[in-house]
Order: sequence, then C-alpha cells, then structure tokens
Amino acid sequence: MPEENSIQQEMESIQQSALSALQMAEEEASLQQWRIAYLGKSAPVMKVFSKIGQYAPEDRPKVGQAANQVKNALEEAFTQRQQVIQQAELMHTLQTDRLDVTLPGRIPMQGRYHVQTQTMREISRIFGEMGFQTYRARDVETDEFNFELLNIPAYHPARDMWDTYYTTKPGVILRTHTSPGQIHAMREHAPEPIRVILPGMCYRYEQMDARHEIQFTQVEVVAVDKGITFGDLKGTLDRFARRMFGENVRTRLRPSYFPFTEPSAELDIECFVCGGKGCGVCKGAGWLEILGCGMMHPTVLKNGGYDPRVYSGFAAGMGPERISMLRYKIDDIRYFWGNDIRFLEQF
Amino acid sequence: MKLPLSWLKEYVDIDLSLEQLARALTMTGLEVEEITLVGLPMPADDHLEFKYSGLTWEREKFVVAQINEVMPHPNADRLVLCKLDDGNGELIILTGAPNLYPYKGTGTLAKPIKVAYAREGAKLYDGHQPGQVLTTLKRTKIRGVESFSMVCSEKELGISDEHEGIILLDDDAPTGMPLVDYMGDAVLEISILPNMIRNSCVSGVAREVAAFTGKALRIPQHSITPTGESIEGKVQINISDPALNPRFMVGLIRDVKPVPSPYWVQRRLRLAGMRPINSIVDATNYVMMELGEPLHAFDYDTLVRRANGKAPTIITRPAEEGEKLTTLDGVERTLSSFTIMVADTAGSLSLAGVMGGMESEVTENTRNVLLEGASWNFVNIRRTVTAQKLPSEAAYRFSRGVHPALAKEGLLLGLQRMAAWGGGAIAQGIVDSYPQPYVDPQITLSADSVKRLLGIDLTSTQIAALLERLEFRCEVKGDSVVVQSPSHRTDIGEGVVGEADLMEEIARLYGYDNFPVTGLRGEIPPAFNDRTIQLEDKIRDYLVEFGLQEIITYRFTSPEREARILPAGSKPEGQDYVRLQNPISPDRVVMRRNQMAAMLEVMEKNTRLSQRMALFEVGQVFLPQPDQQLPAEPTVLSIAITGLRQEPAWDQPASQNMDFFDLKGIIETLLTRLHVQGVVYQPVERMPYHPGKCALIKKDDQELGIFGELHPLVKQNYDFGAAPVLVAELQLEAVMQQIPERHETGAVPTHPPVLEDLAVIVDEEIAAIKVAEVITQGGGNLLRDVRLFDVFRGEQIGEGKKSLAYSLTYQAADRTLTDKDAAQIRQRIIRRIEHELNAKIRS
Repeated sequence: MPEENSIQQEMESIQQSALSALQMAEEEASLQQWRIAYLGKSAPVMKVFSKIGQYAPEDRPKVGQAANQVKNALEEAFTQRQQVIQQAELMHTLQTDRLDVTLPGRIPMQGRYHVQTQTMREISRIFGEMGFQTYRARDVETDEFNFELLNIPAYHPARDMWDTYYTTKPGVILRTHTSPGQIHAMREHAPEPIRVILPGMCYRYEQMDARHEIQFTQVEVVAVDKGITFGDLKGTLDRFARRMFGENVRTRLRPSYFPFTEPSAELDIECFVCGGKGCGVCKGAGWLEILGCGMMHPTVLKNGGYDPRVYSGFAAGMGPERISMLRYKIDDIRYFWGNDIRFLEQF
Repeated sequence: MKLPLSWLKEYVDIDLSLEQLARALTMTGLEVEEITLVGLPMPADDHLEFKYSGLTWEREKFVVAQINEVMPHPNADRLVLCKLDDGNGELIILTGAPNLYPYKGTGTLAKPIKVAYAREGAKLYDGHQPGQVLTTLKRTKIRGVESFSMVCSEKELGISDEHEGIILLDDDAPTGMPLVDYMGDAVLEISILPNMIRNSCVSGVAREVAAFTGKALRIPQHSITPTGESIEGKVQINISDPALNPRFMVGLIRDVKPVPSPYWVQRRLRLAGMRPINSIVDATNYVMMELGEPLHAFDYDTLVRRANGKAPTIITRPAEEGEKLTTLDGVERTLSSFTIMVADTAGSLSLAGVMGGMESEVTENTRNVLLEGASWNFVNIRRTVTAQKLPSEAAYRFSRGVHPALAKEGLLLGLQRMAAWGGGAIAQGIVDSYPQPYVDPQITLSADSVKRLLGIDLTSTQIAALLERLEFRCEVKGDSVVVQSPSHRTDIGEGVVGEADLMEEIARLYGYDNFPVTGLRGEIPPAFNDRTIQLEDKIRDYLVEFGLQEIITYRFTSPEREARILPAGSKPEGQDYVRLQNPISPDRVVMRRNQMAAMLEVMEKNTRLSQRMALFEVGQVFLPQPDQQLPAEPTVLSIAITGLRQEPAWDQPASQNMDFFDLKGIIETLLTRLHVQGVVYQPVERMPYHPGKCALIKKDDQELGIFGELHPLVKQNYDFGAAPVLVAELQLEAVMQQIPERHETGAVPTHPPVLEDLAVIVDEEIAAIKVAEVITQGGGNLLRDVRLFDVFRGEQIGEGKKSLAYSLTYQAADRTLTDKDAAQIRQRIIRRIEHELNAKIRS
C-alpha cells in the first residue's frame, strides 16, 4: 500500500514531468500527443484514478483530490499552451501568407458609353434642371425647314455659312444644323410656351481634317414664351456654362450673326484650363468660343406659329464635340466616329 | 478683310492700344482673327488675347534714307554701289536692286531716291528664302566690297512678298526718320459677318469705332474739280431691268496715264491684300477699300470704237442663256440668264458686279477712262459667282448688298484719285440712271418693345441717342422713336423685322457686357411625355452594365460597303438609298440603311487590338419611302460581340469564346429588365446569319429583332479572327411598344422555398423551350422557377436523345411546403412530361 507521502511526491513528479514535456510541444500535433500522453486514459495521473482502490479508504479522498489538482493544473496548462501555440501559428501564417500585391488584378467586365453620349447627357441634365425637355427631329430634312423657314432664303449670303450635302431628291438635304428642329418643335406646341433642347447628328460638306468633320452632333436650345429677354438668354447660358465648366467660370457674349436670331451672339467662356491667363488650349486668348445664340428672329417665330409681337424667345446651338475636345484635350475630331478602341477606352 | 491700322487712323482718332482696339472691334461684332505687325512694336498690354505675328522695325536700325548717287560695282554687273545718306551722314552701301540699275553711273542724282534703310544688326526677313525667315544683318564682304547694311524690299520688311526691287519711297519721306514712325503699321484680319458687309471697308470699320469710342469720324469725301469737257452726249445708259440694276452711273476722265501709283497707295493696297497695277486700277480698288463701293473702269476709246465712232450706249441686261464673254482673267465664260451683263450695242462688256471683260479693260495704252459706279441685285450676283466659281472683291461685296447711294460717292472719289495719281482731266458732270431709288426703311420703335425683348429700361431719348451714334436719323415721339436707316446700309428691314434689326444695334451699342444676367421666370412648360429618348437611354444603361462598349458610327456609307454583310456576289434586292448629290468621297455616297455594316467595320478595325469585343450602337437608319419626300428614320439597336467571354488574367487560362448564347443572354436580360414579357425566340434562316444559329425575337406576332452568329460566308468578307461573331439588330420602335407604361412588383416570399433538380431525357428535336413549358404547366402555381442548368448527350442517354437538367423552385406564398407537397408537384410534372413529350426521367 503506497504511503501518503510517496503519493504526494508521485503527484508532484507527474506534474513536473508533464509540465516540462508540455514546454517541448511547439505545434498543434505535438500538443495533441502530449494530451494523449498526460491527460489520456493511460496517462500517469489518470492511472492514479483507476488504481485509487488500492489506497486505504481514509487516504482515498486525499489521493483523489491530489490527482484532481494535478489533472486540472495540466488541463489549464494545456489550454494556455494551446493558446500560445495557436497564437504563434497564426503569427507565423500571417507572416508567411503574403501576396505580391503588385500583381495585376482581375479585370471586371466593363461597359462604357461613347464619350459623346456622356457629354450629351451632361448637357441635357443641366438644361433639364432649368425645365428644358429633349425633342428629337430628323436628320434628312427639306431645304424649307433647314433654311427657308429659318430666314435663310435661297441665294442668301448667309448660306455660305453652311456647306450643305444635297440628296438626289430635289429640295431634300442633310440637315446642316439642329435648327430645323426649332420649327418642328414650335409648330407642334404653339402657342404653348416651350423649353426644349434638340440634340442630334448634323452634316456638312467639308474636307475632313483634325478640326473638320462631315458629321457632328449639335445641341440646340430653344425657349419661347411671353416676356423672354436677351438678359434671360444671357442668364440661362451663363448658368449652363457654370454648371458645365465650373462655378467660377466667367462668360461673355460677343456680337455675331445668325439669320435665325437677332440680336445674335457667340458665348465665350473663360478658359477653364488656365483661368483666362492664356494657354495652349485657348491658344493664348484666355477665352474659348462655346456656342452661338441669340433672340429668335421674328420671321422664325412667325414661321413657328407664334406672334412675334406677343411672344419672344431665344435659341442657342453648341457643338458637343468641341466641348469634349476642350475638356479632354482631344486634338483630332475624327477620333469621335472613328471608334478606335484605344480612344473609346479612355472614357 | 485685311485692315491696315494707319488707314483706319486716317478716318477716326484712336487712343487705344492695338490690343484694346482689337478687343473693342471684336466686341462690336468685327471679330479680329489675327494681327500682323508691319513695323510697329508688340503691344505692351499685360495679357494679349489676340494672335500677333509679323516684324517690328527697331527705331535705331530702320530709317528713311536717301540715295544720292548710284555707281557701278567694280566686280559685279548685277550689283551697284550707292552713296546713301541715312541722316547721320553719307556712306557707301551695296545692293542688287534692279530698280536702281537705270540710275547707275548717272552721277549725283538731281532728285535723291528715298529708300527704307536697315542698319547693321537689324532683324528682318531674308529676301532670298521662301516665306518669312528672320535674319540679322551682319558685316560681310560681297565680291570684294564690304557690306553691313541694306536698302530693303517689301519682303524684307514684311509688307508683302515683293522682292523684285527695293522700295522706292515717296519723295517727301523725311531722311533720317525712324522707318516705324514714317510707315510702321499693323494689319488687322477682321472676319466680316454676312450682315455687316457695310463694314468691309475702312470707313465702315471707322464708323463702328467712332460709334463705340465717341471719337470724331472723318469719312473721305470727294473734292472734285472737273476741268474737262462735259460728259453730256458722250455716253448713254440703258437699264433693262431696274430690279436687277437699281442704279448705274458713269463719269469720264480724259488724258489720264496709267502710271504706278504713289508708294503709300501701293503699300496700303498690298497691306489690304490687293496687288497694285497702275494708277487707274489702283484708284478703283482704293475707293472700294475706302467706301466699300466697287468701281469698274472701261477703256472709253474701246467703247467708242465698238460704237463705230459714235457715243457708246451702255446697256445693262440679263445674259442670254448660253451667251459668252471672255473675262479679264482670260477665261471664256458661258453664261446663264440670271447673270447681269453690262453691254453695249455691239455686245457684252463685263459681268456686272463680278468681273470686267477682256476687251474693254484698261491697259497701259488707255488714255480716256469711263468709270462705272453701280448697284446690283445681290441674289443675281451671288448666283453668278457660284455658277462661275468666280469670287472677286467686287462680287464679295455686291453679292451681300451695297447701298446705291455709295455708287455716287465712290464714282466721284474714284475720278478724283485717278486724276491725282495719273493725271488727266475729269469731264464736267456725270451720267446717272437711278430708276429704282432705294428707300431707306423707317421704323417706329417703342421703349416698351425694347424692354420686352432686351430686358433693359431705356427711354425713347436714350434709344435715339444710341442709334444716332451709328448715323440713324431719329425722331423721338413720346415713348417711341421714329428711326430712319442711314443711306450706307441695306441690312435694316421693315416692320417687325426692322425692329429686331434695330434691337441688335441697340444691344451692340449698349454693350453685351452691360446686360443684366436674368433667368427664365415663366412656368416650366408642360411635359411632352416622349418616352422614346428616356427608354433609349435606359437601353444604353443596361447594355453598358452588361459590359458592352457603346460606339457611334458614320451615317454615310456606300451600297458596296453595306453589301459586305452579304455573301460575296449576292446583291441586295430592290433597296433604295438616300443618295447624295455631292458626296465627299466614293465610299460615302449614301445614307446608311443598315447600322450593322458600320459596326462590323469598327469591329474589323479593332480586331487585332482586343481579344474581346462587345459593341452596341443606338442610332438611326434611313429608308426611302415610296411616294414620300423624306425617308423613314427608324431607330435601331445593333449589338456585335466576339472573342473571349472574360478578360484573361495572369493566373487564369483564356476563357472560351463567346457564342450564340452569350448574345442571347444579353438580349433576354435586356428585355427582362425592360419588363417586356412573353418574348419568344424562333429559329429562322436569314442573311447575314448562320442558318442554324439565328433567331427571331418576337412578341405576339410582332418582330422585335433578330440575332445570331454571322454566316461564315459573310464573316470571311471581313478581316476577323477565328472566334465566331455574334450580331443582333433590334427595331427600337417595336421594342418600345412592348414596354409597359408601368409594372407592378410581387411580394417578397416569407416562406422558404423547396429546391430540387430534375433531369429529363427527350428526343433531340424537342426544343428546350418546349420542355420548360411543359414542366411549367405541370408544376402549377407552386412552381416558381424553372432553370436549365445542364444539357448532356452521350451513350448512356442513347442515340438521338438529350438530357436536360433543370433546377426547380417550389414555393407557396402562405405556408412552408412539406416534403409531401414537393413530391406531389414533382409527380405531376413527371406525369405531364412523360405523357406529352415521351420523356424519361434520368435518375
């Protein structure tokens, strides 16, 4: 029958050797081996429980208590050791599991709008805020709508302003500007007031080069109502320019001539690149010509179905390609419909 | 128009810098495009808005000098030595100017020759190089004689391209004066608006400057002293149609000599872009630049000879159809009846207002000149210019409208200039036929109407004061002004149009900069409710979201280019195009009927730049309509995709190429997102599609579009890669009709679904859609979703069979389905497909 003292010593030695063995376990696998060896069925401390019957009945509680203490101590030590090892392993993983973050990412599927859809939408949005709606008119037009009704009779010197594509059908041309849409829109809605923008493709007979296209988009802006003034034209376009090019951009109206407006003007904006100091974009001028505009000519109002002594209105026309060219520093207008993927991908 | 500054300053005082002047002109509508310095220094303004070029003559380096003697060069025939006084004493200089040869070896000149002299170190243009190349005068030896300075030609000074000889200045040029002070100048290139032709002359611009600066205006006026025998009985005028020729007048000058004009005249003409010829021709051009009235000089003796020695009769009339005239450029021209002719009893003399005839032109031998001042119908002049492709300075002005009052002013000034520069005696009187006097419009303008249109408060007195600055005659009557247009402009209309014309002048004079900036105040007008544009935008949004690139192509094409979407050799049948009368190039002769052809060209162009392309375009095509003037312009959506399904990545092998079902997925998803329900896809054989890989997109009986793989015979027409090319064309008007005005949503289910798979073996020829339909019918309303996830063919299935595997979703809105419910639905489905499709369930 073992002595109580020797039991105490045995317990201590079991604990000692178990704990020192635990220190040797440095990864999960050896830790589990340790657990089997020191806390498993055949572990020394467990054997104490199984042979507890060998002790004198009065010693048994003490022996059981001592064994329990050792078991609990070992379990606690195990948990601690396990945490240490897991922590170390996590640290190791975090240290070693590293990417070359400079490798390229996987490219998602990308769709893109043509740059002119983007510019056109921006123009529409800004005028939309001011109550202008989009109206679509046709590309193939009559001479009557493209010229005559816009106060440009045959052989009028102003006709030099438009190099026209004629079709083989007499009196049928490709519209040289979106202005014929003015007449269509007015005739459809007169005498109701209108605020419309007319975006669309226009055509001019020109030799193509970096600055001249035979096909280009235009946006016409038209407002007709009672009491619309030249100041309103100035204010509306000024607001547009600031929304489009920056809240601080200055604008100026400069006298010009269009047969369908009077007074007529060109709208210049202060160069948004150099702020008016002069740079390559504005060719040193500090100003950029953005659009042509004016108060609607009485003849055009009349042709649209409005009495020019009662109604007044304004019209403006701009070239969205020019706006994009200035904005994105595009130096060849032929890029737009050329659709080279290397151009399209930049927007 | 090229406007020499010195000339402008003669008519109006200017105390603005060149930069300020250019800005002021631009802000009145006379846009200054560029400025060429001809001697003057660059303006010192902080920021130069305008584009400057040209040459500045340094004060110390360029002076007026005089040549006192021209001597032969010891070693060279083509060079001369000159005794030259530059104001600081006499020196010997060397030159090769041929216009000094006549003086060579004639001893001390009785009248010294005044020249433009450049000293050593002067920067000027190299006369021997084409164009304008700057060079600096350096000391050198030419043929043994030292040379360090130069007497200059116009080219060297940047006045013109003239380098035949040196400039011979007028005799009164003060020796020693800095050249820039004597004749330093700048030329403003001004763009003249079509309604401002009155300003295509120096006095026109001067008038605008005076109006805007308030400075005094000095328009040149004749001070003619007729000394010759009266013109009476020497010439008759016969105007056949006053509408074509409202005024025709002539004056006569006898014993005039066509000699070179004074140098200052030549220089001004050159700066204005005209070539000096002789005193007579120069006088006509000079007056045109002064007043804007083109004149024409006839050799009077030629006219007399043609009239068999009698007094000639000048007839103005329309040309006979096919009538011929050789103009003074030596071209024989065949004329149409809209051309107005100046003729005499023997036949035609000149193209009225456009160009003189060869026979009656002024030559070296002309002694007596009949000078014409006239006004013409601008429409006819314009038609003649266009038909004859004959632009001229005269036609440029007459085709835009020249006031008939200018004919008289111009004629008298012309005679005076001829006499001054070429001698001769001006005949007493002029012959003036003015059957249709121009009535200067009178317009009554109220202060209210100015307020209504311009939005500024001006009293009638203020309005009158503004307009009077531009020489309108104004009478204030209460709140209105009665305004009469001045007799030098024809751009002011009558009535409400005239009012608008005056509004523009008031606005210009008031200053566009000074207008208030106001916004639109009225109610926002009612909406059109035009859904088309919004829906097109939505379609663009979805397609971009699906990873497609939008393109916008040319709408010009040729039938040949469009025929590429058909197999080689086959021709499109009965297709009419909107054809251009004046195409720019042979590949752009019609408007497209087809958007696909342009898209395939874009794809072809980019084929080597991209392994994956997915393109779309929303645009119009142009279909001529029988019995209609204008074509239909339907909006079409085209899509073309080819190449890899996914962008390749470094750790992923290249994906498979896209096929029919990639495109179908795009179309199905697009239509679903647009809430178009009940679309069916019907196999069809139609070019340019692969006969077995093409489907019509239909809703009820309406065709919405078509898509499929490009036919191999069509594909080979293009330089494409190996991957199949899938294309689709949708008629957007038809699609739009199928998009409901509004759609309703369903409740989000709260009870869990039951998911199970079902694999069905059917005969090969049974379409997948049919199987799905039968499953749907069998499943009833608890079957929420049927999704095909696998198609399998193989030995296990048997010849002529295929296995279609579906993932089925059962769900009830009001309860959780039990296994028993699911088993029941499954049984119903199986019974139905076994019965209707003779299908077997694959376990």
